[in-house]
Amino acid sequence: MVVESIRLRLTPLVQYRLRIADTCLIHAQRLGEWCGHGPILEEDIALTNLSLDLLGQARALLTHAGKVEGQGFDEDQLAFLRDEGQFFNLTLVEQPSRKASAHAPGGDFADLVLRNFLVATWLKALYGRLVSSSDAELAAIAAKALKETRYHQEHAADWVVRLGDGTEESARRLAAALDRAWPYTHEMFVRDAVDDAAAASALGPRRDELAADWQRGVAAVFSDAKLALPAATPFVSTGSNGVHSEHMGFVLAEMQTLQRSFPGGKW
Amino acid sequence: MNTAAAWKVLDGVLDPEVPALSLVDLGIVREVNDAPSGLEIVLTPTYSGCPATEVIEKSVIDALEAEGLGPVTVKQRLAPAWTTDWISQEGRRKLREYGIAPPGAAGEGHTIRIRARHVACPRCASSDTERLSAFGSTACKALYRCLACREPFEYFKPI
Repeated sequence: MVVESIRLRLTPLVQYRLRIADTCLIHAQRLGEWCGHGPILEEDIALTNLSLDLLGQARALLTHAGKVEGQGFDEDQLAFLRDEGQFFNLTLVEQPSRKASAHAPGGDFADLVLRNFLVATWLKALYGRLVSSSDAELAAIAAKALKETRYHQEHAADWVVRLGDGTEESARRLAAALDRAWPYTHEMFVRDAVDDAAAASALGPRRDELAADWQRGVAAVFSDAKLALPAATPFVSTGSNGVHSEHMGFVLAEMQTLQRSFPGGKW
Repeated sequence: MNTAAAWKVLDGVLDPEVPALSLVDLGIVREVNDAPSGLEIVLTPTYSGCPATEVIEKSVIDALEAEGLGPVTVKQRLAPAWTTDWISQEGRRKLREYGIAPPGAAGEGHTIRIRARHVACPRCASSDTERLSAFGSTACKALYRCLACREPFEYFKPI
């Protein structure tokens, strides 16, 4: 059975909201892949709890974006019936989180720790600004999400320090994870017409306005973790514009298969 | 008078994940309004991803209708965001009795401290305790252990 995809009427202010919603959604989906695979039981529980919070944030943000978009799409339709080109998450969060390698066939926990930290620090800076959004509903979602994100950021920071300032092996693997993730961080701070539209209507900050906050948060923890900041790279990923890496299709295939196979299925 | 009766009923509806507390103890019932179309209950969700939110909505409607107070509509209100400071004194006492250490003050700015200090053991009241895990069986709790009586316990995280 073929289920037709939905097509959004995109405006910059809808896309701005979806960038945040989709980053939470895809990040949650990737985190969920670790369920049952955490290095210790406590961390397994932590990862699924983080994923649950992010999924909750994504639900609220998608519902909100659906209302603003205006065709009456609900959170489920937005999550499960959009095609890849209409997702606007940061490219970092769609990268495989359990990528096999010689030393870690089930994926490297260091990759996940680092991603959690980089993304949580970014979301914390973003939500911190969105609490004073001109849109009362977005501000309310952000105020709630900010509380959760602070906790996520501290938890991830604890792990970055633990691995970075741990054994020679853990430090080496965290540094390698940083090299892999770093090129994707540039996208968190580029500025485009969508950002300008949001800033002009006081809906939320431009991405480049988040850079100082984020860098401060990252530098403080990296210093404790004895982790050196890599040099900037010229590469800028483009998931926020709907142009994704080769991994996105696989994430969506797994995430959407049930609703695409059994339209409107509920439990 | 319907609203007073409704508050009383709601004080008997338990949180499905922390059944020591009623919804009123938890501080998530923000308003009970006697509207022309029936009772309107305004709830504030705890965590964005709390899986109990839908169950709670349903149990509110079921409980009030069972007492003949229907029809009932439930509204979710996001702002101001729920804080553990809204858990009542009675709720804190019930939590302790249930074996969960009640949350400290959330306060402004430092909404969450991941390493809360001086969490008193709900069993022996010693504050010689340590955190085992930042996350527990539900999003709202962390796992601790008491170094005095050696018992593990859960701590309701202040947010």
